[in-house]
Amino acid sequence: MKKISYKLNGEVRHLHVEPNDVLLDVLRDKLGVKSPKCGCDRGDCGACAVFLNGKSVRSCLVLAIECDGMEIETVEGLGQNGLTALQEKFIELNSFQCGYCAPGVTISATELLRKNPNPTLHEVKEAISGNLCRCTGYAPILDAVLEVAAKGGEHGKL
Amino acid sequence: MAIAHEFQYEKPATLAEAFALLTRHGRRAKILAGATDLAVQLKEGVVTPECLVDVKGLSELDPLEKRDGRLVIGANVTFSQLAESALVRGEIPMLAESALTVASVGVRNRATIAGNICSAVPSLDAGPVLLVYDAVVVVAGERGRREIPITEWFLGPRKTALLEDELVVAIELPLPQKRHRGVYVKLGRYRGEDLAQVGVGVLVTGDDEYKVAFNAVGPKPVRSANLEALLRGKKLDDALLAQARAAVPGEITPITDIRASREYRVHMAQVMLERALRAAVALLAGASVDVEHLI
Repeated sequence: MKKISYKLNGEVRHLHVEPNDVLLDVLRDKLGVKSPKCGCDRGDCGACAVFLNGKSVRSCLVLAIECDGMEIETVEGLGQNGLTALQEKFIELNSFQCGYCAPGVTISATELLRKNPNPTLHEVKEAISGNLCRCTGYAPILDAVLEVAAKGGEHGKL
Repeated sequence: MAIAHEFQYEKPATLAEAFALLTRHGRRAKILAGATDLAVQLKEGVVTPECLVDVKGLSELDPLEKRDGRLVIGANVTFSQLAESALVRGEIPMLAESALTVASVGVRNRATIAGNICSAVPSLDAGPVLLVYDAVVVVAGERGRREIPITEWFLGPRKTALLEDELVVAIELPLPQKRHRGVYVKLGRYRGEDLAQVGVGVLVTGDDEYKVAFNAVGPKPVRSANLEALLRGKKLDDALLAQARAAVPGEITPITDIRASREYRVHMAQVMLERALRAAVALLAGASVDVEHLI
């Protein structure tokens, strides 16, 4: 066991990990952060996406020990001051059904809008192409991202 | 799924420490960079190293810069960095475009191009661009430093010229003196994040020199000397393209697998070669081409 720390959703957390602990499992089982989900467990489905030092990564493909001293942000962190404009739009447009892919899609779409506040439909599709949704056919997800983008993220808030 | 296998984790701060670890553990060590391939292999028990050497603390592996007429890509440079770099987009747009075809954003944010060539799967998207630009892989270890031409790098599926006590420091691409434009065309089962069923890369320079490479249609990505000789010094026209298409089946050795049949791959390689060549020539002439949607 090695003692490491993360800045997780703004809060410094100390924990002990083994070298073979996977970040996704540590977030869910040791740190109680349940928004990242295990879908494919091999980096294809995007359900486990989290921000690592500001960039989205597949937490199922990251070793917990690699992230010592790094900043991790999940959907729990995005919503600390109430739902974001994007999350509100997802609700308004009923963008998800079962919801399993929602945290991952939220991370990917938030990353896109942070980098590119006015994406084209093609850019939105590319940004969430690594997030598999088996319910919706994607259309209401794409609509929500584009509508929020058109509003300029409502007072700069994504 | 947890990783059942136990290993030691080391994050060296200097190249010397990294070399010492590789010398000590030999083939029982695995280099950890983006881990997008390694983590899957660890979970599946395909690899069972005793030590992982995390190279992300080595600043010598970080550069992405122009140096002595070469584009130097440090081993820690991710596909996202390549895709977003103004330097790369300006000097070798094909490299940025190829990077964007790799998996998805969340994978590209971690996966490195050095890791891609070390994994050396036949479908690797970095293959054609590195081949047509005559890339050189710079490797180093306690016994010294070597430069390996990319044509000698790939030995077979998941087999490379890297020795067990070495790591990749950088990939270097000589910048052509002449005007140049490369194009990579990738066919997947769907747009987005699929692996290549067929990939074709071409490079055209101002004096009607052509370089041609394929991935996913043989055990390793390959340059095609015969196609290059056929095209050399000639202007593209329908007759020349017909000859080039006809020569493709002799240059590639695709198999039938879960992603495509051999016959389909051969046919599409012909179609894609023609489109790639036409696009590269048009781009070199200043035309606008939607390279993402050539297929």
